[in-house]
Order: sequence, then C-alpha cells, then structure tokens
Amino acid sequence: MNMIAAMFRQPWLWAWLGALAAWLATSAFIGGKGSGEVMSAAMTFGAFFVIVALGQMFVITLGPGNVDLSIPACMTLAGTVSMKAMDGAATMIPVGLALALLVGAGIGVLNYALIRLLRIPPIIATLSSSFVFQSAAIWWNRGLRVKPPEALADLMTAKLGGMPVIALFVILLTIAGHLLLSRTIYGRGVVAIGQNMRAARLAGVKTERIRATTYIMCATLAGLCGYLLAAFSGGAALNMGEEYLLSSIAVVVIGGTSVAGGFANVPGLWGASLFLFLLVTMLNTFGAGAGIRLVMTGLIIIGVIVAASGGRNRT
Amino acid sequence: MSGFFSPRLLRNLLPPLSLAALLVAIFVLQPRTMSYFGLNLLLNLAIPITLATIAQMFILCVNELDLSIGGFVSLVACIVATWLHDTPLLGIAALAGLIAVYAALGALIHLRNLPSIVVTLGMSFVWLGLAVLVLPTPGGTAPEYVRTLMTLKPAYVPFPIIASVVIALVVHIFLMRSAWGTVLRGAGGNPRSLERAGWSILKIKMTMFALAGFFGVLSGIALVGLTTSADANIALRYTLLSIAGVILGGGEFVGGRISPIGAVIGAVTLTLAGSFLSFLRLNPDWQIGAQGAILIIVLALRVLVSRAEKRQ
Repeated sequence: MNMIAAMFRQPWLWAWLGALAAWLATSAFIGGKGSGEVMSAAMTFGAFFVIVALGQMFVITLGPGNVDLSIPACMTLAGTVSMKAMDGAATMIPVGLALALLVGAGIGVLNYALIRLLRIPPIIATLSSSFVFQSAAIWWNRGLRVKPPEALADLMTAKLGGMPVIALFVILLTIAGHLLLSRTIYGRGVVAIGQNMRAARLAGVKTERIRATTYIMCATLAGLCGYLLAAFSGGAALNMGEEYLLSSIAVVVIGGTSVAGGFANVPGLWGASLFLFLLVTMLNTFGAGAGIRLVMTGLIIIGVIVAASGGRNRT
Repeated sequence: MSGFFSPRLLRNLLPPLSLAALLVAIFVLQPRTMSYFGLNLLLNLAIPITLATIAQMFILCVNELDLSIGGFVSLVACIVATWLHDTPLLGIAALAGLIAVYAALGALIHLRNLPSIVVTLGMSFVWLGLAVLVLPTPGGTAPEYVRTLMTLKPAYVPFPIIASVVIALVVHIFLMRSAWGTVLRGAGGNPRSLERAGWSILKIKMTMFALAGFFGVLSGIALVGLTTSADANIALRYTLLSIAGVILGGGEFVGGRISPIGAVIGAVTLTLAGSFLSFLRLNPDWQIGAQGAILIIVLALRVLVSRAEKRQ
C-alpha cells in the first residue's frame, strides 16, 4: 500500500498519465489500427524534445531567473554548421557530430561569460546572445538546405526491435542524466544551488563552476539536438528550433521539475514530451483546426500545472 | 563635484544617453531622418512596442513574468481589425473580457502559488489559438477612428514622440508618484510586510495584471491603427522585445524595481536599433545579431556603472 501511495506522490506521474490518456483516446478514435505507429512517432519526436529539455531542466533547477532562451538559435547554428561541413559525405558524420557539439559548447561558454562577467540575468543574457547566434546561422548557410549524409538520415529513422533507434539512444541519455542528477556531486550541487545559492556556497559547493558546467551542458545538448534533428528532417532549416523554445520549458515543468528551482525530475521529461506530442496528435485525429489545437494545448498545460501544484508553497 | 557625476545619476542617465547616442548616429548616417516626416516614420512602430513594454513592466513589478504578451497583443489586433470594426459593441465586450481574463490570471497565479512563467506560457498558446480562430487568414480592417488617431499629424512635434512622452508621464505619475502606486510597487518589494500592514496582495496582483491587460489592449489597438490590417502572428516578437525593453530601461526582475520612463526609453531604443542597422547598410544577415549585440553592450555599460556605484 505504501508503495502505491508513494507512487501517487511522484511528480512525474501526472505527465505519464496524461500521455497514456491522450494515446488511449487517439487509439479509440482510430479503432486501434495504427496506434502502434502513433506511439512510435511519439517516441521519435518526443526524443528530440527530451534532449533539449534535459539541458533546460538542469538550468531551471539552478533557481529563479535561470532559463536558457538561446536553445533554438543554438540548435539552428549547430545544425547548419554540421550539415554544411558534412555536405552529404558519410565519412564526415563523426566530424559533423563533433562540430555540432563544439558549437553548442562554445555557445554555452559565451552564455555563461555574459551571465558571470556582465552580471546580466540569464534570461536576458541568453536572449540577447541568441540573436547573435541566429544571425550567425543565417550568414553561414544563406538559406541553403544541405542534405544530411544518407547513412545518418537512415539511422535517424531506423528501428531496433520496433523501437526507433533515436528513442533508444535518448533513453540511454536520460538514464545518464538521471544518474548525473541524483548520484553525483555535480547533480546534488545543482539542486543545492537551486534551493539556496548562498547556503550552498557556504556549505562548500563550488557554485560558479557548477553554474558554468550547467550552461555549457545545456547548450551542448541543444547542439546535439540540432545535429540529430537536421539529420532527421533532411537538412537544417533556419526556423527548425523555433518550437523548442517554449516546448523545452513546458516539458520541464509539466514533467514535475520546480520552476522555482531546487527540485528536478528526469522521468517526467519523457512523460511530458510524449504527452505534448500525443495531445497534438489526438486533437489532430479528432479533426480540430489549428486554432482549437493551440487553445487546447495551452489550457491543458495550465490545467496540468494547476493540478500538480496542489497549492503548495513556492520555496 | 562627485555629487554632480555620481554613479547613481549616471545609472539613471544611461537609458536616455543610449537613446540619444543612437539617435545621433541615425541622424549622421541618414540626415533626412532629421525632419518631421523622417522622425514620424522612424518612431511610428515604437508606440505599440512601448505600450506592450509598459504592460510587461506591470507584471515584472510584482515579481512575475509574462511570456504571453506577444500572443495577447496579436489577439487584440485580430479582434480590433474584425469585431471592433464590424460590430463595435461585441468588440468592446471582447476586449473588456480579455482584461478580465488577465486579472483572473493574476488571481490564479497568486492563489495557487503558480509559476507565472508556465501559466503565461500556456496562455501564449491560448491567445495565439484564439487569434487564429478570430482571423484565420491575414486581413481585416482597422476602424476608421483608430486609423485617424494613429496617423495624427500635430504641428511641430511628430505624434509618436508626443504619444511616448504622454505614456511615460502618465504611468510615471500613477506608479511612482501616487500613494496607490507605491502600494502596488510594494507588492514586488516586500509582499509580506504589505500584507501585515493590511493590504490584500491578491487585489494588488489582480490590479497589476488587469493594468497589463489594459496596456496590452492599447498596444494591439495602436498596432492595427498603423498596419491597417491584422494577422495572428503580427506581434509574437513583442514578448521578448517587451522584456528586453523593461530591463534596458533600468528595471529589475525582482524587488519591484522598475522605471516607467526608462521602460518607454528602452522600448524606443529597441525600435530605433532596427532602423539604425538598416541605415548602416549592414549585411541583412547580421541585423538581428547586431540588435542582440546592442542589448549586450548597453547592459555591460550598466554593470560598469553599478560597479563604480558600489566602489563609492
């Protein structure tokens, strides 16, 4: 009994239940046919959301005001740079990956430098820097869409035992993220800073080093996501990161991570991104127009946050 | 002597000085803008951005953040260009209803202790969705009186300048000089002590959100007056512009430290930055980037000034 009670207190539960409900409703509507495909698509698209949300989760956990708004620009720049470098050649795949990660890490370093040296609130620092990165991406590929190497594109859509390979990869990534959060000094430090930065510093947590690592990691993950997404969708587009700005924050919060910081939750990321994707799919199969779909998505995000908060006090 | 050039004074002067520097640079690059007509063109779009920035400022003042103001202004623009034009009564009712929704959001956020970032994030989807429902394809017509107001040509001073000054002064007097305004700002500075003194934080938050909604509505009306038609995506970028404008004008994220005059100056500066860059004949690829760079430079200057302030 205790286990069931404990289960209901898990913050990630609501996101998973929501995802399940949306999937069941969709399956019921289409008469069960193709519901496996719907799940498989959700796993693939959800995987991309999870990659960026993982980084965003660590950033948000650092406490109020910490949020990375440069994720879309970072994805676009990493995507364009790597696709152009590979130029469709299969031998260049690792080089492209390395470049994408490097672009991401570089952006993370710049973001943190702005936050630390100029003492700009992170939300404004990443916002202003994202303009610069977005411009760099436009300038770098001039709107050309370079196709990814075929082998890489195939890998993105490949399946292993019915599961999309990309989803399996991201599941491994999230397990690593979970261990990083709960089992390492770094992860505990992130949570401690989010709860009380001053107390954490006095307790000997190397706050600045951890903050730097977090911003660099977040941008690197965004770079990785840009690389994979560009490979998946047949090339980098200048607006490819757009929907990831708000979605990355939404996924983190619906997944049960506290916006006020100091409390993170990795399993919820998967639940929330599946939920968001399945929700849109459900409304699509019901034949709802774009307007209704957006309104419903918004209301459900608010509904989830109201239901999950239970009126507990912000810390 | 030090009182004359004190860092505190410098800090307050930074937003207007950046604006002046930008204006001078524009005049040098393109002397033709130094006319009634030129200034009018240059500053036209600053009016809706200024109003949206003031809306954001009310929210920031009570330690919240509104990520939905862009979508909200878009929705207002769509309603103004359709309902307010065709069936004025329905339009007015809808706009009043929107302000009420904003007040309700403030209440919801306060009562349930919700993070405003997430609630307004959700609302940004709702506003955009409603805008698409009201106006599925770009179009509509601005009501005649709105159009007339926004294209006013007063003698000597261009309308956008008069409008900005009036907005700045009205909000400044209300929020910074009146007793009521001090209470409202106090909810951002120290809500607990306000509550102990017998004020209702709930009412204050609702008031501030309603004010934000009101200015959002004004912004949408002004925007349609300029563009004559609307589109569901017309003002989405206002969300980020408005936050940047408040911060550029000297506002802070927490503690109720805001400056209405600064916010107006910040919004005008951001609007002008775009024109400045096109006058520079900068490679268009780098225009957005340079806007980001200007933001960073101004903020860096502010840090230098506050460091000097601390040293004293």
